[in-house]
Amino acid sequence: MATATYDKIATTTLGSAASSITFSSIAASWTDLRLVLGNLVVASGTPSLQLQFNGDTAANYSNTYLAGSGTAAVSGSGTGQTQINSSFALNATTPIAIFVDAFSYSGATYKTVLINEAGDLNGSGYVTARVGLWRSTAAITSITIKNSTAVNYNIGTTATLYGIKAA
Amino acid sequence: MASTYTLISSQVLASSAASVTFSSIPATYTDLVVRASARDTGAGTTAWLQGKWNTSTSGYSETYLTGNGSAAASGRVGSQTVWGASGYISSDAAGNTASTFGSTEIYIPNYAAATAKPQSVFSVQESNSASTGVIISSMAMLWNNTATISSILIQASGTFDIGSSFYLYGISNA
Repeated sequence: MATATYDKIATTTLGSAASSITFSSIAASWTDLRLVLGNLVVASGTPSLQLQFNGDTAANYSNTYLAGSGTAAVSGSGTGQTQINSSFALNATTPIAIFVDAFSYSGATYKTVLINEAGDLNGSGYVTARVGLWRSTAAITSITIKNSTAVNYNIGTTATLYGIKAA
Repeated sequence: MASTYTLISSQVLASSAASVTFSSIPATYTDLVVRASARDTGAGTTAWLQGKWNTSTSGYSETYLTGNGSAAASGRVGSQTVWGASGYISSDAAGNTASTFGSTEIYIPNYAAATAKPQSVFSVQESNSASTGVIISSMAMLWNNTATISSILIQASGTFDIGSSFYLYGISNA
């Protein structure tokens, strides 16, 4: 029998609004991680979604993005940050989806993640491809999803963490 | 351990066809993924995928980012009657290198939720040409409808060529 290679590790659907979601005690049993964030709507404003690993709040994060605004292709970056900032599309009315792939998350190298943000808002919004770097050689054992203004994510926001196994 | 990534249905075209349909999609998964490898029989230099959820002809909008080998661009369309109407989900076209097929993945999270449906589309087409038949596209789509997606129609801008293939997967977080 073939071995399952794509496993759900944990999932959260917010039954009450919350400003952050954390997956902890992530085992090193898989090769890669995939985080799927759906129905993302915040209580107010247009904050940036933020990711931190293993509770690290030091300036060990950076990112570079390529985005489409609907009128132009734009690119930018941020260095020496205390989290990976995934900007542009969070809002209080229209749900968006964000996908995060972390490759070799338990390897003893710095951790590169790919982030795809699907944030069409029917008249505005962005599509963004982003690469994030966490300069740590530790295995990723926890992931915290928060936002730049600490507003709540609405009820119904979903976050699912999958593990992808190479062997 | 329960399988989380399951093939629901597939279609590999033995003859050309204008469209393919996946119907009676159960609401038992969390997310849907469509993976397509497609070529259009048309003579134009570009072709693209279009489609409808639940045969609906309203509520589709898109923000896209494309690169064609010489420039990057972004655009937006709204209030569309089909998704993919921007024309930037390319498959392939006659006049380009033979036997090349465009590849597209559509990810639909929470397809059974009673909310509007944000979706991610990533599409690539490469034909060993500096000027035609090359495109890479990332797109955010929104279907502004709260219905569960129970059928998927995928149509070509012209006609899908023989060998075009379409796979529908269900991902479960249960």
